[in-house]
Amino acid sequence: MGKIRGAIVVDTAKCKGCSLCVEACPTKVIELSREVNAKGFHFAYMAQPQECTGCTNCATVCPDSCITVYRLKP
Amino acid sequence: MLEINDIIKPENLVYGKTPVLTDSVMHYCPGCSHGVVHKILAQVIEEMGIQEQTIGVAPVGCAVFAYNYIDIDWHEAAHGRAPAVATGIKRLLPEKMVFTYQGDGDLAAIGTAETIHACNRGENIVIIFINNGIYGMTGGQMAPTTIEGMPASTCPFGRTPERDGYPLKMSEILATLPGTCYVTRQAVHTAAHVRKTKKALVKAFENQKMRKGTSIVEVVSTCSSGWKMTPVNANKWMVDNMFPFYKLGDLKNE
Amino acid sequence: MGEDIKLMKGNEAIAEAAIRIGVDGYFGYPITPQSEVMETLMAKQPWDTTGMVVLQAESEIASINMLYGGGGCGKKVMTSSSSPGISLMQEGLTYLAGAEVPCLVVNVVRGGPGLGTIQPAQSDYFQAVKGGGHGDYSLIVLAPASVQEMADHVKLGFDLAFKYRNPVMILSDGVIGQMMEKVVLPSAKSRWTEEEIKELNPWATLGKPKTRERNVITSLKLQSDEMEEHNHKLQAKYQRMKEEEVLFEEFNCADAQYLIVAYGSSSRVCQKTVEIARDKGIKLGLLRPITLFPFPSDRIYELAQQVKGILSVEMSAGQMVEDVRLSVNGKVPVYHYGRLGGMVPSPSEVLKAVDEKLIGG
Repeated sequence: MGKIRGAIVVDTAKCKGCSLCVEACPTKVIELSREVNAKGFHFAYMAQPQECTGCTNCATVCPDSCITVYRLKP
Repeated sequence: MLEINDIIKPENLVYGKTPVLTDSVMHYCPGCSHGVVHKILAQVIEEMGIQEQTIGVAPVGCAVFAYNYIDIDWHEAAHGRAPAVATGIKRLLPEKMVFTYQGDGDLAAIGTAETIHACNRGENIVIIFINNGIYGMTGGQMAPTTIEGMPASTCPFGRTPERDGYPLKMSEILATLPGTCYVTRQAVHTAAHVRKTKKALVKAFENQKMRKGTSIVEVVSTCSSGWKMTPVNANKWMVDNMFPFYKLGDLKNE
Repeated sequence: MGEDIKLMKGNEAIAEAAIRIGVDGYFGYPITPQSEVMETLMAKQPWDTTGMVVLQAESEIASINMLYGGGGCGKKVMTSSSSPGISLMQEGLTYLAGAEVPCLVVNVVRGGPGLGTIQPAQSDYFQAVKGGGHGDYSLIVLAPASVQEMADHVKLGFDLAFKYRNPVMILSDGVIGQMMEKVVLPSAKSRWTEEEIKELNPWATLGKPKTRERNVITSLKLQSDEMEEHNHKLQAKYQRMKEEEVLFEEFNCADAQYLIVAYGSSSRVCQKTVEIARDKGIKLGLLRPITLFPFPSDRIYELAQQVKGILSVEMSAGQMVEDVRLSVNGKVPVYHYGRLGGMVPSPSEVLKAVDEKLIGG
């Protein structure tokens, strides 16, 4: 288990479940939820939060700007 | 032990939505490249501090509603006419920053003349060219940039040059014109490529500030709905099939 | 600079007036018989004096869309062309009307259909006053009958275009465009500053300050209810034009028993016809619409109560005659007389038509 360094917040109402963030995450933090949002999309969430490095790759490729990234300053 | 909530604090924010992007939920399909390009365009406008002097020209195509998402003044142009509209704006407001945002049907088919002549006059504008090889908004018809063999609803068995003509490399044509100063082809399927495309946009707007002529940023993009693939598979298909024909990189940088 | 009397062509008068009244931009494409408009502007180099931009575009399609861009920024922009070129502009014109962008379009009409002839005609009346492109919209249409009016209608056109946020067309023809007459040019006015534009045209896209919502120049309303509401707004505007902006001129109508309705160069011919008729004791009058949209229907209806018949004289197969008939609403017979394909009727042949159709008819 890695030391927690980063975290993401997904705007689950806006997320369309395209899973591009899942692909972009180098540490496999993100998965699509089983539940759906009001629009019927399986939204992204941090399935392995302990692995997040706050690298921002997920937010960078997100077409719907629904990921906010936080990272502890070294 | 550190909790997630100890990290999610304003002082630790490293990536958030730029205020130049509105809060409207985009109408694009899941995974659509338009959303990514809109986002980095808005970021560039914010970071360059040009929100109050930028005027965008939206196309006809899926990005027809771009004006709902980026918080600047806009013109919504007729299909293909965005470079002429931008010419009118820029000639009369030379101190403003003017860009067009166009798809392949808009820029490379119905608006070929407007595109080529705006570039040939060296209009001091930025042209953002989304090339996904298909007409998204009207439901997946063949585009001028549809590659050979690629199916679309009006060439269901794949583009056949003998019948449909050849895919058009518009950026290569525009790079030959003396009026263009910067012609680059980028993509937004990985974080690294998104960052590169954003840098290209910054360069394009800087060129405009320096009155260097027309800058064209082509973004080879996906249309997962039109291509009938998942967004992830569409990216893979683009890498395997589009990139060999539409090679990424600068075609001109003066 | 005060009054300045010069002898010049109608097309040149358009260009001279445009510079003087502070037009910001002209975008055009050459076509006979109006190329002198852009040629005069280019020779005058107004960018060095008033700052006016003059640009030769790659097509009429591009020209009209440059107007969409410049007009949307609240600038005074104009183009000129002739019939085949105006046909190409119809796409842009319907967008300009739908998005409520003011601009001035000069049509120096030539004979059609198709490539037709370069000789003068009035066969673009329907296209000008009935919309021209797709959708429910109207242009304000001015019909100059002299070189003086060519100059005057530039200012009038822009006043109306900005008052109503609507495209205005000057519907001229090859006669008015090419003939030389004495003209008093308007006094010089400077172009609007950006501050003035912000004040006068708060809808203009000059860049979005934090103090207002973004301005969007668009004709797109995907929701039917919104599109219907927008259409109602446009229709109300056209109705207001009909109530407030009708312009016409009358010659010998007070005691007229017979009436000619004619505009532009035809009205010049018909004025002579009226003079000849009056010498012969025929009580003939002439009504000359100056605005073709809005059309002087009310006045024509009034005159229909007094005259025995009306002749619409046009260099077309009969287009304005339909609006005259609608105005008269069956009260008296309405006839058409016209020459086609670039032929200009003579006063005596119009008088012959009056005699045969109106008096004898």
